[in-house]
Amino acid sequence: MSTVLEQRDRAPARTPAPGRGRLRTGPSPLMAVPALAFFGVFAIVPLGGVAVLSFMEWDGIGDPSWAGLANWAAALADPATYHAIWLSVQVMVVSWLVQTPISLLLGVLIAGRGRYRALLGVLYFLPMLLSAAAIAIAFKALLDPNFGMSRAFGLDFLSQDWLGDPTLALYVVIFVIAWQFVPFHTLLYQGGVRQIPKSLYEAAELDGAGRVRQFFHITLPQLRYTIITSSTMMLVGSLTYFDLVFVLTGGGPGDATRMLPLDMYLSGFSGNDMGRASTLAVLLVVAGLALALGLSRLSSFRRGSQLEGA
Amino acid sequence: MTLVKRRTAVIAAGLAAVLSLTTACGSSGPSGGGGATAWALTGGDEQTFRTSFESSGVDAQYFGNDAYKQKIRTAIGANEAPTLVFSWSGGLLQSWVDSGKIMDLSGEAANDPAFVNRFLPSVARTGVLDGKTYAVPNNGMQPVVLFYNKELFDRIGAQPPKTWDEMMALVPRFNEAGIAPFSLGGQSKWPQLMWEEYLVDRIGGPEVFNNIVAGKPGAWSDPAIIRANTMIQQLVDAGGFVRGFNSIATDSNADTALLFTGKAAMYLMGSWAFPTIKQADPEFISSGKLGWTTFPTVPGGKGDPANIVGNPANYWSVSATASDEQKQAALRYLREDLMNDSYVDSLLAGGSVPPLTGIEDKLAKTEDPQYLSYVYQMASKAPNFQLSWDQALSPGQADALLTNLEQLFLKQITPEQFSANMNATIGQ
Repeated sequence: MSTVLEQRDRAPARTPAPGRGRLRTGPSPLMAVPALAFFGVFAIVPLGGVAVLSFMEWDGIGDPSWAGLANWAAALADPATYHAIWLSVQVMVVSWLVQTPISLLLGVLIAGRGRYRALLGVLYFLPMLLSAAAIAIAFKALLDPNFGMSRAFGLDFLSQDWLGDPTLALYVVIFVIAWQFVPFHTLLYQGGVRQIPKSLYEAAELDGAGRVRQFFHITLPQLRYTIITSSTMMLVGSLTYFDLVFVLTGGGPGDATRMLPLDMYLSGFSGNDMGRASTLAVLLVVAGLALALGLSRLSSFRRGSQLEGA
Repeated sequence: MTLVKRRTAVIAAGLAAVLSLTTACGSSGPSGGGGATAWALTGGDEQTFRTSFESSGVDAQYFGNDAYKQKIRTAIGANEAPTLVFSWSGGLLQSWVDSGKIMDLSGEAANDPAFVNRFLPSVARTGVLDGKTYAVPNNGMQPVVLFYNKELFDRIGAQPPKTWDEMMALVPRFNEAGIAPFSLGGQSKWPQLMWEEYLVDRIGGPEVFNNIVAGKPGAWSDPAIIRANTMIQQLVDAGGFVRGFNSIATDSNADTALLFTGKAAMYLMGSWAFPTIKQADPEFISSGKLGWTTFPTVPGGKGDPANIVGNPANYWSVSATASDEQKQAALRYLREDLMNDSYVDSLLAGGSVPPLTGIEDKLAKTEDPQYLSYVYQMASKAPNFQLSWDQALSPGQADALLTNLEQLFLKQITPEQFSANMNATIGQ
């Protein structure tokens, strides 16, 4: 009998009373150790290195020497820095204005039923499979005024100075970036739309709301978090966007598309000025962090999440 | 698995990951054995390098142009450079020499006269920095040539221009015939530099640029540079360059194609345009439609009309951080294997002209004797062979130069602004 009693005494110890001790759910936090280690070694440590380098004079070959605030003073006094920041801001804002409405509407369209939509969806996601360098090379060939698409389609008006006119080149770059990334954001919105409960639309229909009204009163508000997620990726992504522009224009003509990340790369790796490049890199990190944090604050102002405790 | 065991496994795995990361710094540089090592470029004269290194036992690796420039910078900075260092001489080599990473070969040159004397003086001179020999040529010469389409010249009944004024007079005539006077790959920036280099040399001679390299304050304000840039903008205004030239990229050979497809009459480009055309449209060359000549003279100019610009060659230097054994092996290679008979034949077969004295007979026996002999004569008779400015200057100045030059061609800045912007980079 004593064993039974003992067992009875011990039983509560196995399942703690509510409110006493945390209920262990999910995997142990230790599972994150490998990922955190990788992140630390490959992201945090180099970041610290770059921050240190921004106070040093280094051509990338010899030994670095301390320069104090010289790089910062030079970078902040250089009109080229502000030109690069201004271009980055332009690309960021215009990209968002172009990509968000298109992705949102396409996402809603493709989320609907119908075989043609599925086919359209598949065709439409093709750009996601291509590397930025390949896209840039393809567009460079298409935009060639003599041997490009103007000749392929026999349409003379397509023979513009696409990448050679300083004003036009920036918009061409923004267009090609949109061509590459709209499918990805469309996919996000499509997923978001499919999450919206059907009952909401059924109720709206009973109340006599039309399609347009349904879109503005149900779809859009329900996609709030998708919009914030997509916009964060879009804004931070276009702020730090590099590879496509590097191949497509190399920052040209002149410095018309020399955005901040490109300016950083060119100062460091073709201008051998690692100090200035590191300074610009730190600026980029700070701007990107501020953007991402600002946007996530924006999303937490609103109450009414669909998830408990989130 | 019990919980405790699982936790230990996770920690162990995490630690193993961290450890493997911190210890995974395997030597990416060449092995420290006795044999010499080399990194060379793919494309161009790659086959010549391969054959030569294989027969002489040098352990070589090959990289694309841009990848090489990235890799060699890191390797030289970390004292892990290959024994034989490939370069274009000029500003890049100078920055390595300044850091003490490159071996001085002057003693070698003094002991063995042939070590340097077998090369054309104008090409060998580019490997001399601060009065000491640091590099010797390893492949063909690449002077900038004025190519033209004979068929289009016949169509409007004109002759290739000998002076700048003749050239300017041709511009409206070609435009009226619906032909672009000059092809230009402006998107790639550096083809525009060839115009600047030639004009400045024709107007003011080599000393104008020598002052810039020497870092004289205000050297970019030289009247020759202002005049050259004014002439460039006049040529742009007159419609001298093909419409939309700033959208044309050299790396896709779209600018070369304009010449052999009959859309543009003339094309200023390095001598490598010949093999490019030969590959793309062999008939254009075999039917004798391709012509080549020198850059026109400028009235009242001080520069010798026989001066040329371009890349004299590529160069081998010896790394100062290599072991003595490796250095000896590298020097032996440079003395005995570099530019030996089979090496020269291999270069010629690839359409390259080695920068050696007295190879006229060999040139006559090649597939394209006229062109190769022309390039050879041009280079061997040139009083001055100016290394491309973007290679001669420090990397920081070169970057600024290409950007400002493009803005000059776009007419975003005046010649005076160009000079002021570039003066600000002196000493960088």
